[in-house]
Amino acid sequence: MDSNIPKKNAFTKESLKKQFRLSEFLAEKIISSVAFLSIAIIVLIFVFVFKESLPIFNFGEKEAPKTEIGVNSDSKPESYRAAPMEDLKPESYGTEPIEELKPETYGAEPITQEDLKPETYGDVQAESTVASSEQSPALGPENNEGADKTWSTFLTTEWVPVSEHPRFGLIALLIGTLKVTVIAMLIAGPLAILAALYTSCFASKRAKEIIKPIIEMLAAFPSVVIGFFALIVLASFFQNIFGYDSRLNAFVGGVAMALAAIPIIYTISEDALSAIPKTYTEASLALGASKWQTAFFVTLPAATPGIFAALLLGVGRVFGETMIALMATGNAALLSANPFESVRTFAATIGAEMAETVFGETHYSVLFFIGSLLFIFSFVLNAVAEFYVKGRLIKKFQGK
Amino acid sequence: MKTKETEGQFFSSKKGDKDIKGKFIIGITQLAVILIFAILFIILGIIIYQGREKFSWEFISTFPTDGMTKGGILPAIIGTFILVIVMSIAAVPFGAITAIYLTEYAKENSKFAAAVRFSIRTLAVVPSIIFGLFGLGFFIQFVGAGADKVFNAGELHWGQPNILWASLTMSLLTLPVIIVSVEEALKTIPRELREASLALGATKWQTIKKVVLPGSISGIMTGTILAVSRGAGEVAPILFTGAAYYLATLPGSLSDQFMNLGYHIYIMSTQSSDVEKTMPIQFATTLVLLILTLSLNLVAVIIRSRIRRKAN
Repeated sequence: MDSNIPKKNAFTKESLKKQFRLSEFLAEKIISSVAFLSIAIIVLIFVFVFKESLPIFNFGEKEAPKTEIGVNSDSKPESYRAAPMEDLKPESYGTEPIEELKPETYGAEPITQEDLKPETYGDVQAESTVASSEQSPALGPENNEGADKTWSTFLTTEWVPVSEHPRFGLIALLIGTLKVTVIAMLIAGPLAILAALYTSCFASKRAKEIIKPIIEMLAAFPSVVIGFFALIVLASFFQNIFGYDSRLNAFVGGVAMALAAIPIIYTISEDALSAIPKTYTEASLALGASKWQTAFFVTLPAATPGIFAALLLGVGRVFGETMIALMATGNAALLSANPFESVRTFAATIGAEMAETVFGETHYSVLFFIGSLLFIFSFVLNAVAEFYVKGRLIKKFQGK
Repeated sequence: MKTKETEGQFFSSKKGDKDIKGKFIIGITQLAVILIFAILFIILGIIIYQGREKFSWEFISTFPTDGMTKGGILPAIIGTFILVIVMSIAAVPFGAITAIYLTEYAKENSKFAAAVRFSIRTLAVVPSIIFGLFGLGFFIQFVGAGADKVFNAGELHWGQPNILWASLTMSLLTLPVIIVSVEEALKTIPRELREASLALGATKWQTIKKVVLPGSISGIMTGTILAVSRGAGEVAPILFTGAAYYLATLPGSLSDQFMNLGYHIYIMSTQSSDVEKTMPIQFATTLVLLILTLSLNLVAVIIRSRIRRKAN
């Protein structure tokens, strides 16, 4: 913008032509290269997180056959019974002293399980259609092919990273993450959007000046504080109301994460709603629509792209939230659709297990692989939010 | 039908109680606000109420004793302070310069500037745990271990979690916060000031140095404060880049591990042997962290509103 001025001079008088100054040149170059750093960081994050996960892409081919054969034979039921009891407990429950009920849930599974999955989850299937449908295709590769040890276990439902036959079933983690995300968004989405609507359309100017900073103050709450609150206060509170078994579960985690997502969704939707041109609302009011009709049928639809972006970013926040998941969801990779069962999310798995892995081990690489998945997911979400919103807004203001 | 409805609404704005449906709907949105407020104040209230009995000067200024079941949280506070200071030293210059690039140098249609903006926004939404992984993969395994190979003949010194790597990891996380606040402040500096400076013969860099930067000090301050508030509260990035469960001494150099308030809360509430017994300590630690982050945020909000008022 400012460069217009010297340019104009250059046209009028030769003597005023912009001179080459080394310090100017250097300053500009240094400043742009520092700016370039933020692009570099994004690339580096992807490269390095992905690089650490690379071993799993060739590790399995060498070791796969023998371990898979071992798994296929009758050693399997034993290892299964042993694994969840011995390995999982110290891993994930030892860290959660309050959890006393999980072992029972788990115990039930290996016992009913003779040597294949279908029976095992028979009782779970009854309550979860989502889980069973995702799980059945996964059975084939695990039991029959066995070409790649690590990869074949990805599509299974068991997350037993530390055992003789480590299994990295991502399905249970994925379902857990989705469950928490859906619960959190079901709570945070409507609440935040309605609050944004009130702030931008109905509240007086004074009220707006008070409401906005206070809700945004929620964003200043560290997630560990929200997680702590959920762990100590919310969990007991909800258990008293609903009377379910596991104190820490997807629902508690979801509610807590909703608290983290509310300020994000609220702020972005409020900005989107406030950015709607006054002419829209005035036209609507002039046509005789009441305030609430204008808000719901004119302002809200016009701000849809912004609100959509807000929801996407909210999903991104919940999906990758670590501390709340770690503290409030119970951290058991169970496969069920019941919102009152413990779950283990992707992010919490990384947070809980990374410190205990050995550098270079498969488990380590798998955690980094999960990390790359999370990174790609949040990257795509952000890209969609940004380009969708921009595209829609440009269309709107140019087309009309 | 239609006319009736509009008529009703026309009058409703004057008489008030005819449009029950409208009132109900507005009431629902109002309820959402009230609910969020209620949640906020309940959390605050419970933490203050439960934390107040243990919260004292002694608690802040002493070391934990008896296997962390008694005593204070001094090392966690000091560790958090060192973390945010090193983090600010790393992040603030980079953040401020990037913001200067975006507002002063970037041309409107520049693809490069668009890419920088996109990266910053991406950086802001990347889950914090990913920064932790990056810190582990890049700073510790690559930079740290690499430096050890070159300078220490393979002896592990920098190639392990420590306060420097944790701070640098955290600085990446808080970079967008700083950039956004500085950019906002730079935009409030009137164009006329810059033009006046240029018209007097100052070069662009001189203008930035003498006119733009002094005017954006408060913006840089806001950004720093917000970044510190964020950095003090984040735990996920430092989980495996330097935070320690318990240390008997304060960190003496940048290659030491450190204790951290947020990590302390996490550890005490999930991994300590007797969660019930240490409950007051946990609540008081949470209270300390919350006071720290909220008061920093409040200061930032006040400075920011002052900038805005000045701009208008």
